[in-house]
Amino acid sequence: MPNIRIPTPLRAFTSNESQVQVGGATVGEALSNLTVRYPELRQHLYDGETLRSFVNVYLGDEDVRFLDGLETNLEESDSLRIIPSIAGGAG
Amino acid sequence: MRVMLRRDLKQQIIQQLEAAHPDEAGGFLLGSLRDDVVSIEGVVPVENVFEPTERYHRYAMTPVDWMRLEDAADARGLSLVGYYHSHPNSPAIPSLYDRDHALPNFAYLITSVMPDGAREMLAWRLQDDRQAFAADTLSVE
Repeated sequence: MPNIRIPTPLRAFTSNESQVQVGGATVGEALSNLTVRYPELRQHLYDGETLRSFVNVYLGDEDVRFLDGLETNLEESDSLRIIPSIAGGAG
Repeated sequence: MRVMLRRDLKQQIIQQLEAAHPDEAGGFLLGSLRDDVVSIEGVVPVENVFEPTERYHRYAMTPVDWMRLEDAADARGLSLVGYYHSHPNSPAIPSLYDRDHALPNFAYLITSVMPDGAREMLAWRLQDDRQAFAADTLSVE
């Protein structure tokens, strides 16, 4: 089953697990299954049906936005990593 | 929630933020979280990669910065407990832009920096419903 690494601040919503194994044939399915298992994660990852702009998902060393996005196919042994883009500003 | 920051680390942050003025600057906070107290044990400045013409009111890091620092923190038995950045010529109050890009369970240290130096440094935390930040208590010792 694909493995997803959770960023530190969101581990509070995954029972402090840093890595979670979830089923899914695509990146989108795996993330969806992750948020079904841990519903409190969803609002921090998604804005409606799309990933928040500061949420990046890497398959190995590749940002999935430069692959097929949420349609990117997954193998059983694949490792995903959720990585926030930290940003801020005075307004 | 209380955020504990050593005086020398606060001084390190302020020196970096003042040197970058009028641009924004920032970095990561490493440490530990125990019983609603965040203890900051390290400060890691990170380059502002926003477009140069927008850096007077914007700050951003790359995902690779996050990956590198999270791996290093995990290896040291520490956690990424938050991040800090400046608000040049503006109050140390989170903006809507801050809120839209924020994570929960993360300490946000914002410092107001004026042309003649830093003013207040305040600690904030995104509420779980993402609607607002709550003020944390910042203890400098």
